[in-house]
Amino acid sequence: MAEFTLPKNSKIQPGKTVSAAAGAKRARKVVIYRWDPDTGENPRLDTFEIDLDKCGPMVLDAILYIKNELDPTVTLRRSCREGICGSCAMNIDGTNTLACTTATESIKGDVKIYPLPHMPVQKDLVPDLTHFFAQYASVQPWLKTDTAPPDRERLQSKDDRAKLDGLYECILCACCSTSCPSYWWNSDRYLGPAALLQAYRWLADSRDEATGERLDNLEDPFRLYRCHTIMNCARTCPKGLNPAKAIAEIKKMMVSRTL
Amino acid sequence: MSNRPLSPHLQIYRPQLTSVLSITHRATGVALSLGTMVLLYWLQAVARGPEAYAAAQEFLGCWLVKLVLAGWTWAFFYHLCNGIRHLFWDAGKGFELRHVYASGYTVLAAATTLTALTWGYVLFVAGGAA
Repeated sequence: MAEFTLPKNSKIQPGKTVSAAAGAKRARKVVIYRWDPDTGENPRLDTFEIDLDKCGPMVLDAILYIKNELDPTVTLRRSCREGICGSCAMNIDGTNTLACTTATESIKGDVKIYPLPHMPVQKDLVPDLTHFFAQYASVQPWLKTDTAPPDRERLQSKDDRAKLDGLYECILCACCSTSCPSYWWNSDRYLGPAALLQAYRWLADSRDEATGERLDNLEDPFRLYRCHTIMNCARTCPKGLNPAKAIAEIKKMMVSRTL
Repeated sequence: MSNRPLSPHLQIYRPQLTSVLSITHRATGVALSLGTMVLLYWLQAVARGPEAYAAAQEFLGCWLVKLVLAGWTWAFFYHLCNGIRHLFWDAGKGFELRHVYASGYTVLAAATTLTALTWGYVLFVAGGAA
């Protein structure tokens, strides 16, 4: 059942303010969600006033500047810093995106940073993605075949290969799923846009031979059909993909196989 | 582990056309079913006779109720137009983000225009109903 407010232990308290922008020409306040599992206290919002001339252009640069210079306990995931690993997905300025590909200058006013929405928090900006990846695994994201393996690769025409464009580029950053209100209220049973985009990636693959089985697995009031075409997923995807369209294609396959 | 907080969601997520139109579709659906009870009230007044009918007409004719009815009309046209938008989506059409925004603004404009036309007709052409 949908709960629109935060549980008691999740209510956000005011935090500390650290100013490091004395004499700065481009001073900016960066507000970061903090939660420390060791204290047992509620989450808080810390404010860091920084000089943008002292750090790189992206939000990730600003956070790493804060971590290096002002508060080493600020905790986040990051790796590639070029939008291909999906580690630094977080809620920045009210929408989910990658910190490494979001320019700080593109944000008006204070830069507000939260972990991905409606997720259990491990520490600060690090959400627990265990369930998210278990849902990904549940769509069996690998090539499934019944026919005997050929002597060489399973070939695919250029047209069939093109059907995977817009699907294979997904980096599983979880921005889309955690932007989806339907996923917020039903993530225990609804697979969410990311896992469903991947489900379609294999349904659309000309080499895969488990289409019927895959559709059976999704034929469920919750797993697939909790998508109400809200479109937040496509709006927020940092790779410009369209999970809502992939889900619609799955729904069409569900109908057309009964005809 | 069990004391892990839930990260904020509705509280911090920026309202945007996609989600706002979606929740409006649901809200107008609820409003329409409530509004149907007003219609039922009017119908039973018709059935009960001239006095009940006159009382209903007087109640429905006051400007505050008219305003609510105008809102109900908008809810009707919004739900209708956005429902058509959903039919296109069900057919797999119109998923490009720029199409989603274009169709969203179109639905808002269409619902508002149709409401204005309807009430213009009711108030100025049909001679002030209700």
